[in-house]
Amino acid sequence: MAPPRVRIQTADFDLSAELAALRDGDLGVGAVASFVGTVRERGHPTDGEPVQVLELEHYPGMTETSIEAMIDAAAARFDIRGARVVHRVGRLLPGDQIVLVAVASAHRGQAFQACEFIMDYLKTQAPFWKKETTPSGARWVDARVADDEALARWGIEAGNAAGR
Amino acid sequence: MPTVHVRYFAALREALGPQEAVELPAGSTVGALRERLRARGGRHAELLAAGRPVRAALNQAVCGDDAELPDGAEVAFFPPVTGG
Repeated sequence: MAPPRVRIQTADFDLSAELAALRDGDLGVGAVASFVGTVRERGHPTDGEPVQVLELEHYPGMTETSIEAMIDAAAARFDIRGARVVHRVGRLLPGDQIVLVAVASAHRGQAFQACEFIMDYLKTQAPFWKKETTPSGARWVDARVADDEALARWGIEAGNAAGR
Repeated sequence: MPTVHVRYFAALREALGPQEAVELPAGSTVGALRERLRARGGRHAELLAAGRPVRAALNQAVCGDDAELPDGAEVAFFPPVTGG
């Protein structure tokens, strides 16, 4: 059975192992593009207080379904041979890996584009919420209009940070 | 009356609890459910106030307020998402 394309987990992930599993002997693959998101010590604004802990909550079930749909949308739009998304939830610390998006294709252009497309989609449409703890206390992170604008470049309206 | 299962996430979950069952007249919409929850006053009115960016999902797919609620539906209310 093929491994799942989407995993939500508390555990860390190993980039090399994930990319090897994605290629899995497919000799038609000529390009693998990947994006790893990590926990910054300074959130937004970047001159704010240091983040001590970042907690990630999600909507089990809907998270997986929505990201599967994003990969399907990427496969319909770009010539790709496979994709993987791993997203961590729970308690994370500055420097920790949060998310991996990896795409395999025959040529680099489609892999780069599909990887960015999935990531832009995920930022504004997958049901995750971040809560950061700084020396002043804990607060839920605000959605950013810049993330909606990133998805708009692909001709998709996010309507996330901008409200309903 | 049909019952729907309401779930809350992030700041709404902290204030309102993770989930509850709500009875509604047949044919009610997500918007009508919002109204009914707001009408309780208190923290429900505050967190689900009109103009606040609270998104909704029906059976785990994002939906608008005009979506009709079948009996047994799962409806989730949550703030704008911030993953990645």
